[in-house]
Amino acid sequence: MRSLLLRALIEGPAVIDRPEPDSASVSELARALADRFRQRLGRSLAIREVDAGSCNGCELEIHALNNPVYDVERFGIKFVASPRHADVLLVTGPVTWNMRQALERTYAATPEPKWVVAAGDCAKNCGVFAGSYACVGPVSAVLPVDLHIPGCPPEPLDILKGLLALIEASSA
Amino acid sequence: MMAAPAIEIAELAGGKTAGLDGFHRIKVKERTWHELAAGCAAGHQDLGGMWFDSGAIQMLLFSEQQKMRAIVALAARSGVYPSVGCYHAPAIRLERALRDIHGTDPQGLPDARAWLDHGVWPSAAPSQKSGKRPARNYEFLSAEGNGLHQIPVGPVHAGIIEPGHFRFTANGETIVRLEERLGYAHKGIEALCKGADIDRAARLAARISGDSTVAYSFAFARAIEAALGWPVPRRAEFLRGIMAELERLANHINDVGAICNDASVVVLHARCAHLREQILQVSKSCFGHRLMMDCIVPGGVSCDLAPEGRGAIEQLLKHCAKQFEAVVHVYEEAPSLQDRTVTTGIVRPALAAQFAAGGYVGRASGRKFDTRAIFPYAPYGLLKFDMAGRSEGDVDARLMVRVDEVRSSIDLIRQMLELLERGPIRGPAPALKAGEGAAMIEGFRGDIFIRLRLDKHGRLAHFHARDPSWFQWPMLEAAIEGNIVADFPLCNKSFNCSYSGHDM
Ligand code: SF4
Repeated sequence: MRSLLLRALIEGPAVIDRPEPDSASVSELARALADRFRQRLGRSLAIREVDAGSCNGCELEIHALNNPVYDVERFGIKFVASPRHADVLLVTGPVTWNMRQALERTYAATPEPKWVVAAGDCAKNCGVFAGSYACVGPVSAVLPVDLHIPGCPPEPLDILKGLLALIEASSA
Repeated sequence: MMAAPAIEIAELAGGKTAGLDGFHRIKVKERTWHELAAGCAAGHQDLGGMWFDSGAIQMLLFSEQQKMRAIVALAARSGVYPSVGCYHAPAIRLERALRDIHGTDPQGLPDARAWLDHGVWPSAAPSQKSGKRPARNYEFLSAEGNGLHQIPVGPVHAGIIEPGHFRFTANGETIVRLEERLGYAHKGIEALCKGADIDRAARLAARISGDSTVAYSFAFARAIEAALGWPVPRRAEFLRGIMAELERLANHINDVGAICNDASVVVLHARCAHLREQILQVSKSCFGHRLMMDCIVPGGVSCDLAPEGRGAIEQLLKHCAKQFEAVVHVYEEAPSLQDRTVTTGIVRPALAAQFAAGGYVGRASGRKFDTRAIFPYAPYGLLKFDMAGRSEGDVDARLMVRVDEVRSSIDLIRQMLELLERGPIRGPAPALKAGEGAAMIEGFRGDIFIRLRLDKHGRLAHFHARDPSWFQWPMLEAAIEGNIVADFPLCNKSFNCSYSGHDM
């Protein structure tokens, strides 16, 4: 263990620099947040992730945000265990009928003000699963979505840029 | 249990030659179906999946001793057939799922409850013609006794995890029963594949379980190649193997870290997560996608490895080998970690054998099965590796099997880079025609099985995929019994079953 810690000292940090917020996201958010709850987040985001039926590819990349390379906590972004503690629901997957109620309840349990970010192509338009008897539709068919982050799956950097845009827009 | 003499598939398939894909195909009458099911229960062969196609109920049976795999079909026009689950418990969930999706009627199935259909789809699954739908309320199995209480968890969990429901019945801190309820991620993939062309179906197959996207694409490609007689160039075979081992490496390393995290040794988690990130970045630089999604295609691979890519992989392996050994060293030297993992969540070897539990779950409980070794497919026939194995069946054993597999994956990739010759990366597409193909691929989690049938236009007339999780989820229920609630996350992580792969 000591050698691991020692090596960490010698090698220096693994983190990347802060990326620029995604500009397309900024404009989508500017619209979404125009009159809503500006300056409420204090430049931090508590995120509750909800898998509404994804293939788990999106989860892998969301997980990666916490690794030492992206280390999102340094930007005030934190994943929380309960929707009661969350500002943002980060939702993935086409919403399956079997998950619909759980998603709605999670949203209801999240205190105002709250934002919904739909991550991945599936969350945006059901991706390859469009047209299935088992899927309700994209996240926007069930909840009001403030920001879409496309990609299959979106890379951690894309997700990070989107979330940073959310912080910028809401504290502008 | 009903009484029927138990027979072995070898008795039926013996002497006959298997199809090009290595699977025997046998049509049976009802009596033989009973006897084969009884043969599974008697341990003569393993059950590897069940599906319904062309008015016949079909199952995959295989025997590692006989090195034999057979697809057995029983005509069942109306969907009524004798249940396998009433002989052999591992079939029960498969049959419940088939009943939801196809309206099949397994006579004698001991569990009347639906499995994937939670009663909320606006209409029944398209292939389910009976129109019968389950009620919305699901009855969990009961547990009675003084002082018992229930803890419902999910489908939305505390972490960044897939959806599923766990119903714990506990006595104080001790779990007396865990019952899983799955199906939340059901996306109707089999129905979406029906009528789809090969390209679209390949994209769907790659998205059955994102963490195993390479393995699923690999299995899909091989099944299509078997159906159409599509030759795969040698270079593509090695590139497939390299991608498959990179995927295994990334997942195993990540999960080793995650298990340590659940035992509160966060520094190992950070180390492993960093290593995984590096593997994903190299995968992207070599093959254009961090998870290598859609990189394996029928006929070969969609992207070639550039000479710089080869160097990057060699570098990565060197780095991984060194860093990962440092992690393992800490694990082995930390009594506080072992204290959590040793003797926690034991899967008995007999149970792993009965369920033919694949991957590290089986191999940690004495089941010597790895598709790469038992039913080798290209390129593994040309490579050398030792199958990992333990017999303790606890969290520690599952972790150590993965540790050994990380080591062997590194070695396998090195062998493949050595053998990689120049040449085309995709075979010429053959004329489309009707056909059938099956494939079994060892994903990081265990054996993935795909069976498909093409119509004369080369569109999918039937598609079935069986994730290894089908036979691992039930092991988790058994493993956690008698453990404390606080050890569940640790135990669950050591399984890391797929929800999406199971729910489809
Ligand atoms: S967007 Fe892609 S990675 Fe994400 S859930 Fe959908 S298929 Fe999976």
